[in-house]
Amino acid sequence: MNTIRVRNLRKKYSNTEALKGVSFEVDKGEIVGFLGPNGAGKTTTMKILSCFMAASSGEATVAGHDCFTHPLLVQQKLGYLPENNPLYPDMKVYEYLRYMAELHNVPSRHIKDRIKKVAEDCGFAEKIDHVIHNLSKGYRQRIGLGATLVHDPEILILDEPTVGLDPNQIVEIRGLIKKLGREKTVILCSHVLTEVEMTCNRIVIIDQGIIAASGTAAELRHTFDAHVKLKVVIRGEQAKALGILTAIPGVKNTDTYSVREKGAYGFVITVARNRDPRPEISRIVIENGLQLLEIHRELASLESIFNQVTTAS
Amino acid sequence: MKFRHINTIMQKELQGYFNSPLAYIFMAVFLVFTSWAFFRGVFLAGQAAMRGYFALLPWVFLLLIPAITMRQFSEERKMGTMEVLLTAPVTPWEAVLGKFFASFSFLLMNLIFSLIIPAILFIIGWPDWGTIAAGYLGALFLGAAYLAIGLFISSLADSQIISFILSAVFIFALFIIGDDAVLRAVPLSLVPIFKFLGLGVHFSSILRGVLDSRDVVYYALLVFLFLHLTVANIHNRRWR
Repeated sequence: MNTIRVRNLRKKYSNTEALKGVSFEVDKGEIVGFLGPNGAGKTTTMKILSCFMAASSGEATVAGHDCFTHPLLVQQKLGYLPENNPLYPDMKVYEYLRYMAELHNVPSRHIKDRIKKVAEDCGFAEKIDHVIHNLSKGYRQRIGLGATLVHDPEILILDEPTVGLDPNQIVEIRGLIKKLGREKTVILCSHVLTEVEMTCNRIVIIDQGIIAASGTAAELRHTFDAHVKLKVVIRGEQAKALGILTAIPGVKNTDTYSVREKGAYGFVITVARNRDPRPEISRIVIENGLQLLEIHRELASLESIFNQVTTAS
Repeated sequence: MKFRHINTIMQKELQGYFNSPLAYIFMAVFLVFTSWAFFRGVFLAGQAAMRGYFALLPWVFLLLIPAITMRQFSEERKMGTMEVLLTAPVTPWEAVLGKFFASFSFLLMNLIFSLIIPAILFIIGWPDWGTIAAGYLGALFLGAAYLAIGLFISSLADSQIISFILSAVFIFALFIIGDDAVLRAVPLSLVPIFKFLGLGVHFSSILRGVLDSRDVVYYALLVFLFLHLTVANIHNRRWR
């Protein structure tokens, strides 16, 4: 059963259409990366799923409950970290977590234990008595994350959880999200590609209000592999090598680049879709009396897929 | 509607007042100003009564109550915490009532502190405790009405300053429409309506020491109306 199901979601702001029929599903236990350039409709979708806002039309169900008709049931099962991680700066960390726990109907007798658990899991136990206002951004982010976990939700929606953190903190938060993903269903919104690739088992790319692509990183690479490139280093006569390489079937385009080895030349070969001319290259190069020094296959990076998908439309 | 949610939000809001200097400034200004105005009157007139004190309250409230309510929803929206509040399994009514009761409790606290004035009166003379009790009751009703209006306006405006000014202007308008000076200027057929709507008319009626059910109903309706409008406004922003 799908934990999250979105069908043909549309959202119109006064004069722009932010979502133009978004549909996707998330299964129980998945960590799904929701990827898209700024303004693509990521945050709008998340606000609809968290019942902060209603869609103009379409259907959204979370944990079996409809977001429009039963928002309280949805919100009970959902931990939502909004974009920019808003917190009450004047509150103490413990007070804030207790506040969130009470609003999420955690029974009074469990509140203390839950707070202790999330404070330890998210690594801010030593700051529990501090005023939020005085804490660093990294701690605030962890507290925001802790607050979404305090009622032990089945589903987590995290909207840009690592924005503004330094590299060490980013690594920590990512590790934490990965750990959480073992027990929970997670949607991670981001425009940082490496983050999504490292933490998520599936990626949904949204652009200009529609789902542009969806699948695992490997599947996306397979679908968008038109850009597979080979880097070949050959010792010998450059013009001759270039002529040979270009003539090989399956090679679309050949460019040269300089390498630091004496008498050697680099070639970047763009390969036609679903072709692998590597055996052919090695054979022909050697047959022509040239030395093949290196052959390296560059998979399409998630960046290039992202680029391709989000600029095509 | 869950009482626990209302209580949680109320406590958090109350705590919030005392986390900022605003609450202390408010209390100090309220107590110092009203006592000064009161004792000045008492010693000049030589009367152990609080009539002058209560007559002054609507004007003190006019400036001080919007200062309590201005941040209630404006700040939540500005800081984005509105999203935190409304994505918790909390209904808008719970949020609105929690905030309203918080500000009401704060007002109540101020009025309790001000009981020192009648206490002094009872030491120095024989005041009429009936009119004093009626005056305090009237002050609570009036304050509740101001608070509900202020809360509604803070749910409309993103900026605290705008929320403050709009609340003060709106309350002032509603206070004076039942005033004689205004009534003389409106068509005769509208006079009863203006008289009924005016905040001030009902307040002075309670001050006379007569607790008329019409005044109580008026204040109850006014508070309910503005709380309801606040809820509707939150719903409206959410469901669009």
